[in-house]
Amino acid sequence: MRPVYMVSGGVSKFAKARPDATFQKMVKEAFDYALGDVPRLKPDMIDGSVGSYFSDHFTRQLMAGIMAADYLGLCPKPNKRIEGGGATGGLCFQSAWESVASGRMDCCVAFGFETMSRVQTWKGNEFIAHASDMNFDYPVGGFYSGYYAMMVNRHIHEFGTTVEQMAMVSVKNHRNACFNPYAQKQKRLTVREVRNSDMVAYPLTLLDICVMSDGAAVCILADEKTANRLTDKPVRITGVGTGTDMMRMADRPHGKVILAPNEKESDYRNVKYPGVHSFRAGRSAGLQAYRMAGIKDPLKEIDFIELHDAYTSSEIQTYEDLALCRYGEGGKFVEQGHPFMPRIDYGLKLKNKGTIPVNPSGGLIACGHPVGATGLMQAVFAFWQIQGSIRKHFGSGELQLKKANRGLIHSHAGTGTYVTVSILEKGW
Amino acid sequence: MANKRIGPAKPPLHVRNAKIEEVMTGATVYNVPFPKDLGTLKDMSPIIIRHPSSVEYLHSYGQDSPFFAGIANGKLLGTRCGRCRYTYATPRLHCASCGGETDWTELPREGRVHTFTTCYYGSEEFLKDTPFHLILVEFDGVDTLLLTRLVGVDGPEEIRIGMKVKAKFRRNSQLKPTDVYFVPS
Repeated sequence: MRPVYMVSGGVSKFAKARPDATFQKMVKEAFDYALGDVPRLKPDMIDGSVGSYFSDHFTRQLMAGIMAADYLGLCPKPNKRIEGGGATGGLCFQSAWESVASGRMDCCVAFGFETMSRVQTWKGNEFIAHASDMNFDYPVGGFYSGYYAMMVNRHIHEFGTTVEQMAMVSVKNHRNACFNPYAQKQKRLTVREVRNSDMVAYPLTLLDICVMSDGAAVCILADEKTANRLTDKPVRITGVGTGTDMMRMADRPHGKVILAPNEKESDYRNVKYPGVHSFRAGRSAGLQAYRMAGIKDPLKEIDFIELHDAYTSSEIQTYEDLALCRYGEGGKFVEQGHPFMPRIDYGLKLKNKGTIPVNPSGGLIACGHPVGATGLMQAVFAFWQIQGSIRKHFGSGELQLKKANRGLIHSHAGTGTYVTVSILEKGW
Repeated sequence: MANKRIGPAKPPLHVRNAKIEEVMTGATVYNVPFPKDLGTLKDMSPIIIRHPSSVEYLHSYGQDSPFFAGIANGKLLGTRCGRCRYTYATPRLHCASCGGETDWTELPREGRVHTFTTCYYGSEEFLKDTPFHLILVEFDGVDTLLLTRLVGVDGPEEIRIGMKVKAKFRRNSQLKPTDVYFVPS
């Protein structure tokens, strides 16, 4: 395996609906933006592409991957479609990494998109719920917000997590997004407003849940030689991990915690793992990526994280999977302020603000979740953060972290069924 | 007496965000305006058409079929691995722990709520059922859980983790997993 670098990225403006553009055009917008950022990259230097979109139902177009590649002018070079539910974008990013790491390509484009506005929200929820067992789960009342609500109710029961702690995640991510022009929702909220918004699936309210979106994102990956030709600020991908778990959460075991390097068995005498309160796939993906990147203590060794906050609850659960805190401490972790941005005012009293900013971009909750694009969007935002180019791309520098040498991106599918974790680092 | 002027209070967020649900009905249009100058075409509004879609599938429950035959006959079946004895409340014919083939076994009628939610919204197919209560049931001597609906409670405040529930069956089977449901016992 050889070193792989990200050299450029682009994101279309995420919106509730983009009736003005087909998916090809949205991908083209993100692709042209990425090309514009590395003028030395000529089309003949691109060896191929991987494309991702989650749902054939939403797209109502089979082989949409090649249709986007053809619109970008990337034929007759290699292309394939990558799909894995909510983690589709993260899997696509890692597939491009594999193409370059293996030596098959020197320069690979990863693109992803989703067009979710073509059906009403209720139909969209039905399409998404088709990503649950069609014999035993979907027909009982298939609804992902319901599944996540059950998971967090068990987390609350096991660990004493509170709905106010969940609401703080929503306040944080909506507020961060106020400085991200790509975000679909920009809001200054209070914990009370989050709790008073419509109840969707107890205890998750409308503001605990990400929204459907139309959008596209593009990442361009290259080997070391090509990367250094293209940019002065390449970002190296130093770790990748992919975890899986059983589709039906009813099937998940109740065994022993998979320990992170900074944990010991005695930390978890009474925890039955993963049960339905934790994501074993997230822990597995994180540990693989940490091992590859040589990370022993993630809280100290990672500067920021873009993670898959489809729900405020799953952001809290993911702090724990990624070993930023022990299992059970995720609620307190946000309450103490650790994942907030250090210099942004949230209207909250926070004791330890900004230890490790999580979702500086606003995450899925505020940016939107056009599924196939989401994991790549996280990579683009992390890439800009590490390059120190947030001001250039966002038009303002509020979200630029002073120290952003190493970031983590995390993409998540099903009820924690596929999870990818990738580590990005300053490569110059 | 000084009159303290109080301005109108700002309505709460859910009021400010109130809106009429968009529907997909509308007029059918056969003609659209067209400009003489082709240079202005890029400014035109997108044309959006309705495209209904309906598919009939023949969905086989395959090796899971005995579960559905069971609930149609008032019996709740799980499976147990012949090799490692791991027992599944949601049946599978092959054990995920050891790979061995499992055998059908009757589950206890009574279990406990492992976790729960009340859905006030849902997928289109289940909107008519809202609000409905989903629970995962745990059974003594069984290693995995069963997703089902809880009936007979009014809201989430009436559901507790650990509360005892018992299985009931529809008299007229629909051959769906909802032929079995649970009530507080």
